[in-house]
Amino acid sequence: MVEFALPKNSKISGGKTWPKPAGATETREFRVYRWNPDDGKNPSVDTYHVDIHDCGPMVLDGLIWIKNHIDPTLTFRRSCREGVCGSCAMNIDGQNTLACTKSMHDVASGGAVKINPLPHQPVVKDLVPDLTNFYAQYASIEPWLKTTTPTPQKEWRQSHEDREKLDGLYECILCACCSTSCPSYWWNSDRFLGPAALLQATRWVTDSRDEATGERLDNLEDPFRLYRCHTIMNCAKACPKGLNPSEAIAELKLKMVERQI
Amino acid sequence: MTARIERPLSPHLQTYRWTLTLAMSIIHRGTGIALYFGTLLLAWWLIAAATGPTAYANVQAFTGSLIGKLIVFGYTWSLMHHLFSGIRHLVWDLGYGFKANEREALTWGALIAGISATVLVWIIAYAVGGGR
Repeated sequence: MVEFALPKNSKISGGKTWPKPAGATETREFRVYRWNPDDGKNPSVDTYHVDIHDCGPMVLDGLIWIKNHIDPTLTFRRSCREGVCGSCAMNIDGQNTLACTKSMHDVASGGAVKINPLPHQPVVKDLVPDLTNFYAQYASIEPWLKTTTPTPQKEWRQSHEDREKLDGLYECILCACCSTSCPSYWWNSDRFLGPAALLQATRWVTDSRDEATGERLDNLEDPFRLYRCHTIMNCAKACPKGLNPSEAIAELKLKMVERQI
Repeated sequence: MTARIERPLSPHLQTYRWTLTLAMSIIHRGTGIALYFGTLLLAWWLIAAATGPTAYANVQAFTGSLIGKLIVFGYTWSLMHHLFSGIRHLVWDLGYGFKANEREALTWGALIAGISATVLVWIIAYAVGGGR
């Protein structure tokens, strides 16, 4: 449902400004969303100053530096630190991306690096969103090879040309940057599958080895699950892997028409 | 187990940086709604024209007033913008124009074409009708 304002318990109020690190010659300001499930307060934004000569260049380096040197309670997900795992997806400077591949010196608006959790999600703590619904939607498109013909002795074969059709689809790391950047998904995430799940649906519909194409399209033929996409294109701009979910969704819509003629 | 925690919703519109395509999506919806009212206006004009000279003169007096002109101008722009923005959506629905540069060009194109066509229509209207 469309609700422009945040609910009462989600409104951001106050926040602590932590002292600048002693002896630092050059610092970068970080303004980070905080919410602690244990203190019963509303979310707030804390201000930190990172010693940039003691810290790597990426936003994730800054967050880890804050956690190590200023505030060990700061909570965020991270793992691979090289844009492969998708754990550190967050909203940085108003755009969803991975903290590990975004340089703090590239923040467009200059000045402070503003960091929020992925938009319009329930917050577990600080920068950690609850992505249960996102993963359930991914599961709902049945992201595995479905076949009816007898399993071959060796592997399922695929020509080089057919394999190439999966380029731009299989690389998705399920970081949720795209889905949580989409206003349509914000308002209808209970019924609209969102760009990430739909890009994956396209990946399986496109796979030459898959034999459940019709069934997959049947499941998507729904005013909400697929057709809530209004080509707003925030997804394509957000994707840290340079994929294009809006194009994948357009392909799905085309396939829906093609099978009727 | 402790009681279920009331989790806050993370900020969305409050924090997301505006994009041209996002703004255009909203304008497309807005002009679409405006067209309903514009069509009512058109129907009023046609009905008045069929009713007789007095009714027609009333409508003409309204659309000739400053507020009336503004409304008609807004209707012209809504129609033109929705038309060009609709063509942009048609291109996307056919599976073209998804690259970053194409996407931005299409979107700017629709915005500029809508405004230009509106101005053009009014220039022609004034040239032909002399501002009536």
